[in-house]
Amino acid sequence: MTAVLAVLEQRDGALRKVSHEVVTGARRLADGLGGEVEALVFGTGPVRGTDQLAKYGADRVVTATGAAFASYAPEGFARAVAEHAQAGGYRAVLFAASATGKDLAPRVAARLRVALAMDVTDVAMEGGAVTATRPVYAGKALLRVQLGGAPAILALRPNVFTPVERPRPGAAATVALDLPAGRVIVKHVKAAAAGAVDVAEAPIVISGGRGLKEPANFKLLEELARAFGGSAAVGASRAVVDAGWRPHADQVGQTGKTVSPTLYVAVGISGAIQHLAGMRTSKVIVAINKDKDAPIFKICDYGIVGDLFEIVPRLTEEIKKAVGH
Amino acid sequence: MKIAVCIKRVPDSETRVKIAPDGKSLDEAGVKFVLNPYDEFAVEEALRRKEQAGAGEVVIVCLGPAAAQETIRSALAMGADRGVLLQTDRIPADGFEVAKALAAELKDGGWDLILFGKMAIDDYNHQVGPMVAELLGLACVTAVAHLELAPGTGTAEREIEGGIEVVEFPLPAVLTTEKGLNEPRYPALKGIMAAKKKPLPTKPVALPPGGIEVLALLPPAERKDGRIVGEGPDAVAELVRLLREDAKVL
Ligand SMILES: Cc1cc2nc3c(=O)[nH]c(=O)nc-3n(C[C@H](O)[C@H](O)[C@H](O)COP(=O)(O)OP(=O)(O)OC[C@H]3O[C@@H](n4cnc5c(N)ncnc54)[C@H](O)[C@@H]3O)c2cc1C
Ligand SMILES: Nc1ncnc2c1ncn2[C@@H]1O[C@H](COP(=O)(O)O)[C@@H](O)[C@H]1O
Repeated sequence: MTAVLAVLEQRDGALRKVSHEVVTGARRLADGLGGEVEALVFGTGPVRGTDQLAKYGADRVVTATGAAFASYAPEGFARAVAEHAQAGGYRAVLFAASATGKDLAPRVAARLRVALAMDVTDVAMEGGAVTATRPVYAGKALLRVQLGGAPAILALRPNVFTPVERPRPGAAATVALDLPAGRVIVKHVKAAAAGAVDVAEAPIVISGGRGLKEPANFKLLEELARAFGGSAAVGASRAVVDAGWRPHADQVGQTGKTVSPTLYVAVGISGAIQHLAGMRTSKVIVAINKDKDAPIFKICDYGIVGDLFEIVPRLTEEIKKAVGH
Repeated sequence: MKIAVCIKRVPDSETRVKIAPDGKSLDEAGVKFVLNPYDEFAVEEALRRKEQAGAGEVVIVCLGPAAAQETIRSALAMGADRGVLLQTDRIPADGFEVAKALAAELKDGGWDLILFGKMAIDDYNHQVGPMVAELLGLACVTAVAHLELAPGTGTAEREIEGGIEVVEFPLPAVLTTEKGLNEPRYPALKGIMAAKKKPLPTKPVALPPGGIEVLALLPPAERKDGRIVGEGPDAVAELVRLLREDAKVL
């Protein structure tokens, strides 16, 4: 039976949230094909969360275990995925367009000598062909493409494919793979500040711009983020990153991260085209700005015109009441 | 240090996107083209590495139309030694075809490093660098934000969600550059003058369309018109009500 392969990610032995999104995207294609979804994950042993994948539409879960899979090993992973994809004759292979997926998917595509559609926001089977939509020109246009490769390779933009529960009877298999790690070795991962949620993955992002006036005032945004109860991250415009107020990892935009949270709150950010490039696919956008003509108001869902120093503390209070934190 | 840098000519990020009559491509009339911003980090890094080594060569490789000569000249003006243009009027949407053409040019070049930007700001393909590495069988690290080199090896840092990966690799290697790696220099007048005399041969290439067929280039999904909830802190209560009842995100 024609199958779609979903290549998943884990960290510290647990599946990452993007993995559910990749299975959801794969399910959509498999339904169009009348085929199956196989999920593939690498680990040193069993990966937590794989038993939940049938719920999101996986028919089969393969856990490849090996000493080389403790953390991401670019060459070992690329080889293993390419060989697995080759052997399985899949119609499509899907990755997350995460930091790892952006590194891995091109290597796999090149090994299989097929095309890759990166940072995809929509997929479909149309007339027997795999089609994909992806933002280009800093999100100022969408490119609709058809992938001719066998398999078609796609990497899905995080936070866009809302996991849909479509339970199926699933099977699980574990295969032991003995692979050399390769020449490129991830020695270690320096963790970001404890408790910090990465802007690229947070379901709620509160971003601040030059309107915050000085770095210390970002504590207003951190308090607002906390009011949402731990799932919100604080992002920043390039202007404040370049000024050294915030780390580059927090920058949202064309030369920063692309985010697609459920809720994006832009505080004291004018809404330059390069900033919009990084956040325009957010589901709900709120803007707070004292300039009623700021371009951010053109793409926001809800705006408040006024002084952020008065508005944000009030918003923090109201969110605490509404969310109960 | 013998270093190749692959650069792309792209529309300036301020460009207003107008879709051409074919419904599949950008209307280039009036569009200003620039050196892809991520490739500036690659050019700068190459120049610094050559300067540190005290010897070597920085070669710019670009696949694009005749007008891309100007883009290559801007990298030569920064200080690169020579360039080569793989000339084609149509850059395929399939990044793997671009990678194959670049790999064919770079093959057997005796490079210590081949540098790329992490992505082009027009197609957002985010793939050509690591694909070239696979085709040439070279070690590769993508989205490098910090780099240390020692004879024969290097250590790079790349941002991942919630952390920074510290990666070791052997030379020769393919690296793709992320913002933060360095501050690209501006070409000085002297550099601009010197660039005019640097070698820049042109080689015509014909690329197949590859595995990606463009069906349409479309305007982005319209967001329904933004609504100003109100002015000042008194509007906050209404905003929270809308987030809860209308948008259902709380
Ligand atoms: C190649 C390139 C790449 C770029 N990449 C990025 C990128 O990745 N991300 C990015 O963000 N930018 C990027 N930029 C920069 C971008 O063009 C803008 O310069 C930047 O986004 C502006 O940041 P800002 O909105 O914080 O600052 P400003 O444009 O200065 O806006 C500050 C806003 O705060 C408001 N304000 C001031 N005081 C208050 C107050 N008390 N209360 C409420 N509102 C207030 C003002 O009305 C104003 O709208 C890039 C630019 C280039 C050329
Ligand atoms: N036409 C091209 N000519 C030369 N280099 C290119 C070309 N297209 C892409 N590249 C290189 O590959 C990087 C990634 O591009 P992309 O995969 O298209 O996002 C760019 O930053 C360039 O370094």
